[in-house]
Parts: sequence; structure tokens; C-alpha cells
Amino acid sequence: MVPLSYYLVLSGILFACGVAGFLIKRNIITIFMSIELMLNGVNLSFVAFAAHWHALAGQIFVFFVMVVAAAEAAVGLAIIIAVYRTRETLNVDQVNLLKL
Amino acid sequence: MTSSLNLWLIPVLPLAGAAINGLLGKRSSRTAVSIIGLFFSGAAFAWALSVAWRVSPAALPYPEYIAHWIRSGSFSADFALYLDQLSLIMLLVVTGVGFLIHIYSVGYMWDDPSYYRFFTYLNLFMFFMLTLVLANNYLLMFIGWEGVGLASYLLIGFWFTKDSAASAGKKAFIVNRIGDFGFLIGLFLIIQHFHSLNFTQVFEQVRPYTAEANGAGFLTAIGILLMVGACGKSAQIPLYVWLPDAMEGPTPVSALIHAATMVTAGVYMVSRSHMIFERAPIALTVVAVIGTLTALFAATIGITQTDIKKVLAYSTVSQLGYMFMACGVGAFSAGIFHLMTHAFFKGLLFLAAGSVIHAVGGEQDMRKMGGLRSYIPWTFLTMGIATLAIAGFPPFAGFWSKDEILWQAYSSPHGKVFWLIGLITAFITSFYMFRLLFMTFFGDYHGAQVDEHGHGSHGHGHDDHGHGEPHESPMVMLAPLMILALLSVIGGLVGIGNRFEHFLEPVFGSGVSEAAGEAASGFTEYLLMGISVVVALLGFGLAYLFYVSQPLLPQKIAASLNGFYTTILNKYYVDEIYAKLFVKPLLDGSTSILWQGVDRKVIDDTVNNAADGARHVSDEVRHMQSGNLRSYAGWIAAGSAVVIAYMIWMGVR
Repeated sequence: MVPLSYYLVLSGILFACGVAGFLIKRNIITIFMSIELMLNGVNLSFVAFAAHWHALAGQIFVFFVMVVAAAEAAVGLAIIIAVYRTRETLNVDQVNLLKL
Repeated sequence: MTSSLNLWLIPVLPLAGAAINGLLGKRSSRTAVSIIGLFFSGAAFAWALSVAWRVSPAALPYPEYIAHWIRSGSFSADFALYLDQLSLIMLLVVTGVGFLIHIYSVGYMWDDPSYYRFFTYLNLFMFFMLTLVLANNYLLMFIGWEGVGLASYLLIGFWFTKDSAASAGKKAFIVNRIGDFGFLIGLFLIIQHFHSLNFTQVFEQVRPYTAEANGAGFLTAIGILLMVGACGKSAQIPLYVWLPDAMEGPTPVSALIHAATMVTAGVYMVSRSHMIFERAPIALTVVAVIGTLTALFAATIGITQTDIKKVLAYSTVSQLGYMFMACGVGAFSAGIFHLMTHAFFKGLLFLAAGSVIHAVGGEQDMRKMGGLRSYIPWTFLTMGIATLAIAGFPPFAGFWSKDEILWQAYSSPHGKVFWLIGLITAFITSFYMFRLLFMTFFGDYHGAQVDEHGHGSHGHGHDDHGHGEPHESPMVMLAPLMILALLSVIGGLVGIGNRFEHFLEPVFGSGVSEAAGEAASGFTEYLLMGISVVVALLGFGLAYLFYVSQPLLPQKIAASLNGFYTTILNKYYVDEIYAKLFVKPLLDGSTSILWQGVDRKVIDDTVNNAADGARHVSDEVRHMQSGNLRSYAGWIAAGSAVVIAYMIWMGVR
């Protein structure tokens, strides 16, 4: 059996990749995908804990996170399309209308 | 015991007058203000008279309890009054002279725009003075003591738009505060040793001590500290400097507060504490020395002054010194006797001087007067009587009291030197008073041009109906002059045959007159009496020579005594010395240490640096808030990383 720590390390790596991508990338779609990566990194740790402690609550939470992530993806992609249509770019640094 | 005397009415009546005039006076007519002011002070006088009439000597001392005030453990101080022969005399002098001066003020202050304010303050002063006199404990006395100081401040600075008046008021207040500090410490010492401030209780506990017992050193300390307080209030060396400046106030104020009543509070307090002083010979010597020195010192300054009120002010300081000299040689009743006669003739002198100033349109410089005799005969007559009284001519009041003091000084154990200085002072007093009289009333009138110049600077509150030549004051001012003149003539007769002293015997005991009462001394007493009369005549003669028959002589003599004369003319530079010694260091210290050092460098800089620091920090920190979402996210990530690292770190441990 794979030890819990392996899962957690993988989960941490996934989350860190997500964070790094979020901070470094400028393309809004890549950023979006980085967020999904962070969410899934967390999901992985949930599932690992649930299996390790034989507690179902972790798995249930994962379903919730997936539902929310799906909803978010639907809304977020719609926004991205709207942004692209108006600004003709996906570079976040150029979408700075609200900045002073 | 007689039925209740309702002593409390005596101080409360003037207080009511002050309250009514103070609250409603602004909108009332002058007539209404005068009626209220006169009624309440007059009622106090009438009530004091009725008390004196109704009370039998056997019923004295008569205590009257009004309300309890401070009860703290075993210590208590109450609103309670105390009437004995001493306070009875003070009561009659204060209310009587006070009432006369109220009447006079109606005429003198009639044209002043703040007429109602004047009477409010005057009534307020009466309230505090009567509280001081009637109190049955030191604390209530202190309330009156501070209260008369307040009233004095308000009245000296009555014409507060004039800079010199405002600062004279402040000077009086501050110098008095120094004295009060000593007084307060004296009171603390009394509390510490006797656990009470009640006169009766304190004196009862003092009684067992004897003057010879060395264990009672604290009595000496108390006595000297009380004397410090008396020095402030009664303008003795070294705290006399405020009184001459206090002449900036209206003349009735100078008469009432700075001659007749308030400045004698110190004498009253020392006499009231005679039980303590009698058992502290060193303190008593201090009192005598200070009194004698002040008497001589102030009298010499009086010679050179040209401002009519300043002469009288220094004369007052000098006469107060006489009273302290009397107290210092143990002759308290002689001191109180002189206090009473002095209230009559010095009050009269000031009021007459006010009448002169009124007559010449606000001029106070005697060099611009002269020859007023024919213009204002009544003022001349009354002032002449007062001059004779203060100079010590028999049978005027001042002769009896001054002579009593000199005699007591002479017959006290080490009093010969006091007597000699007192005699010299009597000569100088006679000289400068006749100088004043001659300069003002004799010779030619030098003030015809008074209306062209100098009117505005002096005549602030006086009548402004332009007068070409001096004119007599109205009857409302002359009547008090005449009554006081009468008192100055006959007031001393109560002292014949030591009757005054016997009256006060229940208070002071008969011990003081033992030395004087020896039958064998009769001849000496008459001899001394003769000497003082001769001395007074000499003063008169010298003044006549200098200021009537040989008017050029004074200048020549002044020129030949050049340095000495200027020193006296400048009042021995005492004000300048005080300024260098006390005021300037205080000012410099305040400026360089307290203001520039503590206030600027410590307090201000603390606040400013805190603000500067906050701005510098926020200058750096605000760069974080760039509006760039990803940098925020970066901060969040970094923050979370720190938190997680911390938690892991803690978890490992």
C-alpha cells in the first residue's frame, strides 16, 4: 500500500505548481487551468486522507469541490470569452481597466 | 449664654449683595446697584453693631456652629464661627470702615462704565474678609484668606485694559501665593502635631508647652511659617513689593483693601495665633525684626515718592511693620490697637487722596499739585487731621496707638533697639506725611495745564467732565471723610488707661502688660511720650522747612546725596534685584529647559516622531497595494506559506 505521505507530497507538488502557474503566467486561460490544478491538488489530499482514516467526509467534500469547480469553469470560461471579445487579448496585465 | 447671635448673617449679607449685583447688576441702573451694594454692607455693619451691643463680655468667646464641612477620621473642620473680643474689634473695623468706603465709592466710581462690577467685588471682598475674621479654625480662615486675595486681585486689576493694572494684579497674586505657601505648610505642621485646626483645640494643646522648653522646636517652625504667610498678606519684607504696585486699583480699593482691612489680616492671624508665638521666642523675634525693619525701610522709600498714592502705600507698609513690631515684642493688644486706629486714619488718608485725585482730574503726581487748600477745603481739613493722626500728634488716634507700641517695645526685655528704630521711623513718617500735605495743599497750583496732557493715562475711571480748576468732591464722598476724620481724632481715646488692653485681656491674657504695668515706670512712660511728640514735631518742622519756607532746599540736598538719593528714589532697587534673582532665572529656566527642552524636545518631538515614523512606514507599505491582482495573490501565497511553515515548525516541536 502506498503510504499517505506520498499522496500528500504529490498533492503539495500539484498545489505548488498551481500557485506558481497562477503567479507567473499571463495568459488568462493558463491561470484558469492553474486554479483547477490547485483545486485538484487539494482534492487529492482529501481523498488520500479519507482513504487513510476510513472517513467518508473527505470524499463527499471532493464531490462538492468538483461541482463548484465545474460551475466555476462554466462561468469563468464565459467571462474569458466575453473579455476576449471586448479586449481582443487574453493577457491579464492588459485587462486593467479598474486599476488606478 | 445669650440667645443665638446669628453671626452667620454678617458674612452672608455682603455675599448676597455680591450675588445680586453680580448677576443682575449689568442690566440695573446705577442707583439700584448702589442701593444694593450699600444696603448689604450697611446691614452687615448694623448686624455687627447689634451683636456687639447684645453680647455680654461673659458670653465670650461665643462659638457658632453652622454646618459640618470636612470629617476625615479624627480630623474635622467645620463651617463654624468664633466670636471673642479680638474678632469683635476686627468685625466692627471691617464692617464700619468698609461701609464708609462703600458710600464713598458711590461718588468716586459713579462715572465708571463697570460700576456694578466694582460693587460686586467690593461686597465679595467683605464676605471673605468677614469669613477670615470670624472663622473658628485655620482652614476656614484660610478660605477667607485666599478669598480676600482673590478680591484684591480682581480690584487691583479692575481697569484691566490698562496693562500696568493687569500686571500689578498678577504681581499681587503671585507674591501672595509665596506667602500662602508658608502659611499652608504651617497649617500642615499644626495638623501633624495637634490633629486639629480648630483654634480652641490647638491652643488648648499648645498651652502646656513653655517658652523655655526646648522640646517645642516645631512651635518655632510653625510660628515662622505662619509669619511667612503674614508677610505675604500684610506686605512685609521680603514680600512687600506687591503693595505699592497695588495702587493701580481704584482709590477706594486702596483704602479698603490695601490699607484698612485686608493687609491687616496678617497681623490678625499672628495675634490670633499668639498662643503659639508666645511659646516660640525665636519666631517672635523674627516677627519683631521683620516688622521693625519693614517699618524703617518702607518709611525711607516714602520720603522720595512723588505719586500721592505711592507715598501712602509705603506708609501703609511701614505702619504694618509697626503692628508686627508690637506683636513681636509680645504686645499683641497694642498691635491690634494700632491696627484699628490705622484703619481709621489710613483709610481716611486714601479716601482724601482719592478726593484730591478726583479734584485735579486724575492726576496723581504731587509735583503737579500744590495750593489745593483753597480749592478743596474739606478734603484739606480731613486729610490734615489724618496726617496729624499718623504723625503721632496728641490727642489724635495715631498718637495713642503708636506710643503704646513704642512703650511696649521699650519695656520689653531686648526691645530698646526696636524702640529706637521705631522712633526714627516715627520721625520719618511725620516728615513724609507733612511733605505730602505741603506739596499737595500749600504753595502754588502747578496743575492748570492738567487737561491738556496726562489726563487719559491716569484718569481712566474718574469723572471726565473737563474741569479747568480743581473742585471739591460731592457730599457722598465728603461725608465718609468727615466720619473717619472724627474717628481719627477720638478713636485713640479708648486706649487711655489701658482700657483697650483690658478689653482684649480675655484673649491675650494679662501677661503682656506685666512689664508695662509696673507702677515705677510711670515717669519713663511720660518721658517716652514726650520724646515721640518732639520727634513728630521735628518731622513737621523739617517738612515745613523743606517744602514751604525753603522749597529749593530739597533739590540741593538730594543733589549732594546723589547716589544715596537715587537708590532710595528707585526703592532700593528691590524690584530690580528680585527680577534678577528670581524672575529672570525662572523665566530663563522656563524658556530654555521647560519650553525648549522638555516641551519642544521631549513632548512635541515624541508626537512628531511618532507621526513621521507612521508616514515613513506607510510610504514603504503602500507599494504593496499596487492594484495588480497577481501580486496580491503572490502576497497571499507567501503569507500562507509563512503560516504553514510556522505551523509545521510548531508541530514538529
